[in-house]
Amino acid sequence: MITLGHYLFVSAILFVMGVLGIFINRKNIIIILMAIELILLSVNLNLVAFSAYLHDMVGQIFAMFVLTVAAGEAAIGLAILVIYFRGRGTIAVEDANRMKG
Amino acid sequence: MSYLDSLALTAPELILSLGATFLMLVAAWGGDKATRTISWGAVALFAAAGASLAGPAGHGGSAFFGLYTADAFGAFAKSLIYLAAAICVIIAPRWFEVNERNRAEYPVLILLAATGMGMMVSATDLLTLYVGLELNSLASYVLASMAQKDGRAAEAGLKYFVLGALASGILLYGISLLYGFTGSTHYVDIAHEMGGSAGMGALFGMVFVLAGLSFKVSAVPFHMWTPDVYEGAPTPVTCLFASAPKVAAMALLVRVSMVALGPATHQWQQIIAFAALASIILGAAGAIGQTNIKRLLAYSSINNVGFMLIGLAAGTREGVAAVLFYLTVYVVTVLGSFLAVLQLRDRQGKPVEAIAALAGLSQSRKGLAAALAVFMFSLAGIPPLFGFWPKLLVFQAAIDAHLLPLAIIGFVASVIGAFYYIKIVKIMYFDDAADMISPDNGLVERWTMALAAMLLVVGYVLIPWLGAASAQATGALF
Repeated sequence: MITLGHYLFVSAILFVMGVLGIFINRKNIIIILMAIELILLSVNLNLVAFSAYLHDMVGQIFAMFVLTVAAGEAAIGLAILVIYFRGRGTIAVEDANRMKG
Repeated sequence: MSYLDSLALTAPELILSLGATFLMLVAAWGGDKATRTISWGAVALFAAAGASLAGPAGHGGSAFFGLYTADAFGAFAKSLIYLAAAICVIIAPRWFEVNERNRAEYPVLILLAATGMGMMVSATDLLTLYVGLELNSLASYVLASMAQKDGRAAEAGLKYFVLGALASGILLYGISLLYGFTGSTHYVDIAHEMGGSAGMGALFGMVFVLAGLSFKVSAVPFHMWTPDVYEGAPTPVTCLFASAPKVAAMALLVRVSMVALGPATHQWQQIIAFAALASIILGAAGAIGQTNIKRLLAYSSINNVGFMLIGLAAGTREGVAAVLFYLTVYVVTVLGSFLAVLQLRDRQGKPVEAIAALAGLSQSRKGLAAALAVFMFSLAGIPPLFGFWPKLLVFQAAIDAHLLPLAIIGFVASVIGAFYYIKIVKIMYFDDAADMISPDNGLVERWTMALAAMLLVVGYVLIPWLGAASAQATGALF
């Protein structure tokens, strides 16, 4: 029997993987974008699981909103990445260091 | 309440979003040549949205089944937001003409960001909060990377995007937990559950939500993006980031903590108090070694947000009123400071950002140096100036709420913080002239800057009025 606890556990693992993916990753900015998607998906899993558990539609509606905004966010992220690549010729994380202090 | 009544309560957002769509069409048709027309159109829309606050949109109560609330608190924050956003639209064309080319989409993006900010301050449901916040953030990411000739802008946009997306992820995770453990996304229902049986899960959610929101106000554990984004973004955009979204995020934070999490005040009080002290101390310490004036103003905004959070940490009516008072004075000061920074150009018309270039400014540009000195003294909170009063109110609220240690540490740190503001004044008035700033400049900016400086000098005339207005706005929350 899969209970609410199982869902929450999986989504917590996904969330932590997403956050670590942003901070530990030293290579590529595209991987950061993937990690952000992972975080948003973990949230969606949480919302849908709670919605089923509470017999309440709001959670699922919220998940649809999150999906939509995530699509917009990815589009804008990739657009900024393209501008950045055009100017710098690289998308390595460690090269984003023109400003410091 | 019928659907039309609800729509009438959201009048400012309707005006701004429909207007932005229309101006986007104008931009598509007219191209970048139409920028000035579109800018003035955007300013007119801000004026219309502000005027609509006098009607039911300013005090009509809740709309769309409690998703959105039009009250005096929202109206106060929105009028500040629209004012700041309108000024950031007016000052932009000149900067973009010299440094880039004029971009027709700039005013449209600011309109969309302001729509999001309006939704943030009026949200009384976690769903509206999230949508408003993202509408503001997505427009801001694009605005930050708008200067394509300057390699720093793309980097600023990228950093802002990555950290902002992480922050909204954290916020959303908190929202999902709050929803799951209280059974609702509505502020009032959450407050009901928080006061009763809500356990560890809801508290966990609360911590995540506060963490996500403290990114948006750039309070300390989540301030890392601020200096880089402020330095890299085009100066008019930095001016926007320092003023309007700060008001929106702070008002949002106040509403969430007082209305939704009100019964858990003792739990969040410790978090906010820590963030407040850390912001004040780090904002003061981090600014000392800076050589770029935009970076210095970034640390100054971290520092000021810390003082506002002291007022929130008090958790009382007086504390919230002090936060609103502080926000008003802060917005005027920060707009003035950035207008002064926009005036700093060399003889080729290129912007100057180095603090060293300010040396001897008092001889070549008397008025500018005096105005900048007023802004710096006001930010530092030197008594006769307007900037002193909100700090006093914030400390008073903290002492009344029995947070004496918080007030004392904050006071000591504000003395340390005064060091770097006064250092700028010293460089302008007592160092040998570097003669790097050209005497020519824009008329609109000069007059707006002069007005801001005047306000800060004779501001104490406005204290009773502003105090009454912020108290009345706060009354909507309690």
